[in-house]
Amino acid sequence: MKLFKKMLYSAAVFGLVASADASAAGNKIVIDGSTTVGPIAKAFAAHFTKSTGVQVTVSESGSGNGAKSLINKSCDIADMSRPMKDNELEAAKSRGVNPVENVVALDGLAIIVHPSNRVNGLSKAQIRGIYMGRFTNWSQVGGPNAPIVIIQRESNSGTQDSFKELVMGKDNPISKRAETQASNGAIKTRVASTPNAVGFVGLGFIDNSVKALLVEGVEPDARTVKNGTYPLHRALFMYTNGQPAGVVKQFIDLPKSVEGKHMISEIGFVNYY
Amino acid sequence: MNGDSPATAGRSSAFIVSARKRKLQKITRMAGESTLFLIAAVVAIIVLFIFYFVARDAVPFFQIRGFSEFFTKTDWYPADDPPRFGALAIIYGSLMVTAGSALIAVPMGVSAAICLSDVIPFSVRQYVKPIIEMLAAIPSVAFGFFALVILAPLLQNFGGPILMWTWWLIASPFLLLAVIVVSELLSTSIQDDSRRRVVQRILVAVFGLLSLLFLFFVGKHLQEIQILTGTNALNVSIILSFMALPTIVSVSEDALQAVGRDLREGSYALGATRAETIVKIILPAASSGILAAVILGIMRSLGETMVVWMASGNSSHVPEPWYNYLESVRTLTATIAGDMGEADQVTGSARFHVLFAMGLLLLVISFISNFISERIVVRQRKVLSGQ
Repeated sequence: MKLFKKMLYSAAVFGLVASADASAAGNKIVIDGSTTVGPIAKAFAAHFTKSTGVQVTVSESGSGNGAKSLINKSCDIADMSRPMKDNELEAAKSRGVNPVENVVALDGLAIIVHPSNRVNGLSKAQIRGIYMGRFTNWSQVGGPNAPIVIIQRESNSGTQDSFKELVMGKDNPISKRAETQASNGAIKTRVASTPNAVGFVGLGFIDNSVKALLVEGVEPDARTVKNGTYPLHRALFMYTNGQPAGVVKQFIDLPKSVEGKHMISEIGFVNYY
Repeated sequence: MNGDSPATAGRSSAFIVSARKRKLQKITRMAGESTLFLIAAVVAIIVLFIFYFVARDAVPFFQIRGFSEFFTKTDWYPADDPPRFGALAIIYGSLMVTAGSALIAVPMGVSAAICLSDVIPFSVRQYVKPIIEMLAAIPSVAFGFFALVILAPLLQNFGGPILMWTWWLIASPFLLLAVIVVSELLSTSIQDDSRRRVVQRILVAVFGLLSLLFLFFVGKHLQEIQILTGTNALNVSIILSFMALPTIVSVSEDALQAVGRDLREGSYALGATRAETIVKIILPAASSGILAAVILGIMRSLGETMVVWMASGNSSHVPEPWYNYLESVRTLTATIAGDMGEADQVTGSARFHVLFAMGLLLLVISFISNFISERIVVRQRKVLSGQ
């Protein structure tokens, strides 16, 4: 999967190099970045190509790679599930790139467990305790007597960064025993097949195969994310080099349109506009 | 051939080469030889270049962070602030799954090779060997998918029974063999034939019962094990052993075949049984080839990335206790594959260079084991040729 993404990514890079003129002429958009924003970008791309005839290439290589691509000018839009970091902004400036933040949608970070798990909700402190390795048994947080299997994302994931920022805080490293999976989908698959597992995914990835926990007693859904009562929420971004213009602006403005809003809520995310 | 004979000079004029043609031949020969030499040299140079470029990007890491943290600490937090680069657990994970896969693949592979070369008839072997070699043609991502989607849930849901049945299947033939051999050995000192047979039977009964109890209780104990996570070192070891098998089987079977008929027939002529011939003649004679096969297979396991990335769980800690194959581990190759995305020069250099340090470590390990196997092969050849 990872390799496939890398191949897509490099294909996108080569494609851009080969068709640099076409891109400048404005009939092609190259998008790279977060696997969380990916589904939105893909849905937009399909819609956009159908309505305007502009080719849109979407790669999902993680937020960090998206930022890298934008800095290296190998994509027009960088999907990111976290804001750009200071060192990325500095690197961009040194290469003459001016990243502009465009919010696409809002997302909640859902804490998911196996459907058979008795636990229905956790507090942020309990989640932090589990991921730090302080709680190692479900009975310590009101569940059955079974060891906890912690699952996290790899280090270039924006979801991982959001989780660290929203839940862990700066000085609390995630336990060394935590397993690592490469995508939201992989985490969902592992949790769905592992009775004692806990993981975190974007709101759009929840389905019947896993159970999303209440956090601080609040259910993760579109309403609670939009009104800010669900504690683990974040904004999803599409970064552009400079203020978007031309077809890129048309694309970036999709979330404000009726169809765009419909697509976003269809996929399971929350409208920002 | 007979160009010097005047009688046939007319017919074989093609073999009489004029000075011009001879020169042309010489030039083409030199051109051909130098082309081949160049190609061979390019291969060697590529290896050197890989070494050079990996080392060039690995050295800065050790300059920035020193050696001790990388090799002695188990805290792997490359993305934190401040980052920590303790790779001991990751190095251990690599060695652990490699050792695990070798433990499964080497006995299986060598036995299969012996079976192919000396036990089953040639007509059967012709069909079986290509099938085993086909394992090598399965892409590693397919193996990884199998490990993640099928083997991992299986291990989680039926781990105990699977372990128990595996134990019974593997241990019972060996214990049976051991019981027979031990009772035979213990009763050899008895002179009287009929008495010896009786003692032998009693011994077989006693040891047989004991080993049955042993089999049963260990199996019972294994059955009670609850495997917490299916993406663990055992899962990866099993899959890696499948991937190493074709190499080990194919190369060691070639080595066994290379021993030749003369040694085998000599051994049979001296009255040795097939078992004695295999164990005492063929295996020692082919041992250097088998060792090369084993090292090739182990290198395959050590270098494999996709399967371990998908199925090892990727948690960078040393299992407790250290031999616990039922816990998740993280390997060097999976770390390089997984962290490469984020880690470029833009976002922090130590983090970029540490991956090259891991690559260099892998290169050095395979270089050393290749070197050792080479030495053993050479020494073995000397011993066999009687020096």
